[in-house]
Amino acid sequence: MGDARKKTIMQGLVCPRPLTHDEQVVLGHGSGGRMTQDLITHYFYPPFENPTLLRGDDAAVVTLPEQGRLALSTDSHIVSPLFFPGGDIGRLAVCGAVNDLAMVGARPLWLTAGFILEEGLSLQILERVVGSMKVATEEAGVIIVAGDTKVAEREKVDRLFVNTTGIGWVPEGREVGGANARPGDVVLLSGPIGDHGIAVLAARGELAFETTVESDLAPLNKLVEKMFEASQAIHVMRDPTRGGLATSLNEIACQSEVVIRLEETSIPVRPAVAAACEMLGFDPLYVANEGKLVAIVPAEEAEEVLEAMRSMSYGEEACRIGVVEESPPGRVLMRTAIGGTRVVDALSGEMLPRIC
Amino acid sequence: MKHVTEYRDADLVHVVLDGIRQTVTKPWVLMEICGGQTHAIVRHGIDQLLPTEIELVHGPGCPVCVTPLELIDKSLAIASCTEVIFTSYGDMLRVPGSGSDLFSVRASGGDVRVVYSPLDAVKIAQQNPDREVVFFAIGFETTAPPNAMSVVQAQSLGLKNYSILVSHVRVPPAMHVILGSPHNRVQGFLAAGHVCAVMGYWEYPPIAEKYGVPIVVTGFEPLDIVQGILQATRQLEEGRCEAENAYPRVVTFEGNRPAQKLIERVFEPCDRKWRGIGTIPDSGWRLRQEFAEFDAELRFDVEAIQPDESPLCIAGQILQGLKKPHDCSAFGVKCTPENPLGATMVSSEGACAAYYRYGRHVAGQKQEE
Repeated sequence: MGDARKKTIMQGLVCPRPLTHDEQVVLGHGSGGRMTQDLITHYFYPPFENPTLLRGDDAAVVTLPEQGRLALSTDSHIVSPLFFPGGDIGRLAVCGAVNDLAMVGARPLWLTAGFILEEGLSLQILERVVGSMKVATEEAGVIIVAGDTKVAEREKVDRLFVNTTGIGWVPEGREVGGANARPGDVVLLSGPIGDHGIAVLAARGELAFETTVESDLAPLNKLVEKMFEASQAIHVMRDPTRGGLATSLNEIACQSEVVIRLEETSIPVRPAVAAACEMLGFDPLYVANEGKLVAIVPAEEAEEVLEAMRSMSYGEEACRIGVVEESPPGRVLMRTAIGGTRVVDALSGEMLPRIC
Repeated sequence: MKHVTEYRDADLVHVVLDGIRQTVTKPWVLMEICGGQTHAIVRHGIDQLLPTEIELVHGPGCPVCVTPLELIDKSLAIASCTEVIFTSYGDMLRVPGSGSDLFSVRASGGDVRVVYSPLDAVKIAQQNPDREVVFFAIGFETTAPPNAMSVVQAQSLGLKNYSILVSHVRVPPAMHVILGSPHNRVQGFLAAGHVCAVMGYWEYPPIAEKYGVPIVVTGFEPLDIVQGILQATRQLEEGRCEAENAYPRVVTFEGNRPAQKLIERVFEPCDRKWRGIGTIPDSGWRLRQEFAEFDAELRFDVEAIQPDESPLCIAGQILQGLKKPHDCSAFGVKCTPENPLGATMVSSEGACAAYYRYGRHVAGQKQEE
C-alpha cells in the first residue's frame, strides 16, 4: 500500500482523484450518478439488505402471500430534534407506516423509504437514522424494498426528512374502519397517553423543567395480530398520533355517526406527563402518541381482546376507557372525575401554551 | 400529582357541594373573575353539579380577550417589520386582529416566536444584537411582575434592542365597572386566586363594602372552586359582604410585596381600553417615563389603525357577565375556534372557547329549551 502511493506520486502528472465525501452529505450525493450509487451501497444496502431491494431495478417486484386485499399508506416525517428520548426520526418513519397499516387490520409486509437530505448533513447522523430504521423493521418483521435519495441545498430542508410508504396484506374476515363503531361497543386503549408529545417537547429544550419521560414510539402490528387472534370482530382501530386521543375519537364518532362516552378516571396518564401538561396548560388528551392504539370492539368480545392486549409488551397497560352510544352523534363526551359531563372536542389548530 | 390530585378528589368535592345545597335557600348570581376558573368550571362540569339556585356568570379575567383590537393590529404591524423578532405568549398567536393574526404574519415571513416567559425574549435579544426584539406584554397582575422584570433585566444588560408592547390591565377597576353598571346582575365574586397571589386582597374589602357584595378569593381546582362558591353563598345567605380568602395555601392578605414593588417601579397606572367593554379609568399600567426607551409603541412608528370589530360578537356583554356564550347567535355557527369572530372564542381562558370546547352539549340543551 505504501509502495503503491509512492509510485503514484512518482508518476508525475495524473488526473486528480476527486475527494471522497465520507463525512457529510454534498449535493453530488443526490446527482443520480456514481456518488448517489456510493451512498446507496454504503449507507442503505447493508442495513436494509434483502433480495428485492438489492436487485436494484427501477421498481420493486413483490409476490403476495395469498389472494386478498392490499393496504397502502404513506407518511412523511419531519421531527425536530431528529433524536429524542425513546426514539428518532428513523424509528418514527418505520413505525408510522407499520402502524397505519396495522390500524386497518393489515399485516405490514413491505416499505419504501424516500430520503431528502440537507447538503452538509453529517453522514454519521444518516448512519444512525438508517441503523435505527433497520432495528425497527426487524422488530416489526417488514422489509424495505425500494428507496430514493435526494439532496437539497443547505437550509432548503431541515437536515433530514423521510417519507415511508407501507404495503400490507389484509387477511380475510377483517373489516376494520373508522365508520364501523356501533352503539353498545366498548372503547379500549393500549396504555398511558401523551408520552411522545412531552418527550419531544422536552428534547427540544422548550420546557423550563427537566423530565424523564420517554417517547412510546413502537411498532404495533404484533399487538394487533394478537388482538385478532382473540377476536375477528374488531370494529375500529386507530393510533392517536398528532392531535392525540381526543382527535382520533372525534374522527371515529363523526365517521360512525355515534357518540363516544369516556370516563375521565379510566384514562391512564403517567404522573410525569400529567405534571408537565399541568404546568404548560396542555390537556393530555391532545398530546401526541406514537405507540398507542385505541380499539372499538363489541362488548361481548372486549374482555378477551383486552386480555390479549395485556399479554403483549406494548399493551401491558391496556384498559377500557368508554363506550359507544347512539346519540348525540358525532360527539365525544366525558364524565369528569367529579361527576360532571363535558364535550371532548377535536384539536383546533396548533396546541399553544397558556399565559398564566 | 401532589398538590393537585387532592383538590380534584370527587368525594371531597361532593361533601362541599352538599354543603352548598344545605346552605342555599334562594337564587344567587356569582361571577368568577378569571378565565382560568371559567375553564376549570366547564371542563370539570362543576356548573352541572351546583344546585339550580346558584348561577355562575363569567368574568372579564381573560387577558387575551380584553386586549383591545387596536393593540393587536399594532402587534401585527410591528411583527411584520423585517428587523423585528416578535415574541409572545402562545395564546396571542391565534387572536384575530382586524384582518389577520400573528400566525398569518408568521406564515408571510414575519419572525414570530412563542416564548414561555418574557425573560426568554430578553435572551433572544441578547443573542440577536442586530435585530429588534419585541415582547407582547399583555395580562393582568399575574404577568405584570415577570414582564416588569424583563425590562429591568434588559436595562441592566444594557440592551438597546429590546422593547415591550404593553397592554396590562388590573382586576379591581373592572369589578367597579361591573358592579356600578345599572344592568349588573352579579351578587358575589369569586376573586382570581393567582392575581391575589401577587396583589394580595387588601384592595377588596372597600369594594365589598361599597357595593355590598361578598368577594371570596378562590383557586382553580374543583375543590377550590366549590369551596369559594360555598363561602360566597354562606355570606349571601347570612347577609354578610366581606372579602374572604378561600385559597390560603397560595394567597395572603398582603400578597407578594417584592413583586408589587417591582410593578410599581416599572409601571404606572393609566386608563386602558378593554376589548368589547371600552375605556376604564386607571384600569391598566404603562411603562414609567424612565423606562420609555423600552416602549415598543414609541419605538415603532405604527400608524393609527382603524380597527374593524365584528358586529355579531357580543364578547363585551359576556365579559361583563350580562350574557352567556350560548346567548350569542353566532356561537358555534359563525363563530368557532377555527373561525373566531372575537377573542373570547380563541383564548384558552375565553368563556366562549370554554363553552365550545367543553360545554356545547349543555349550551345546546339550553338553547333547545
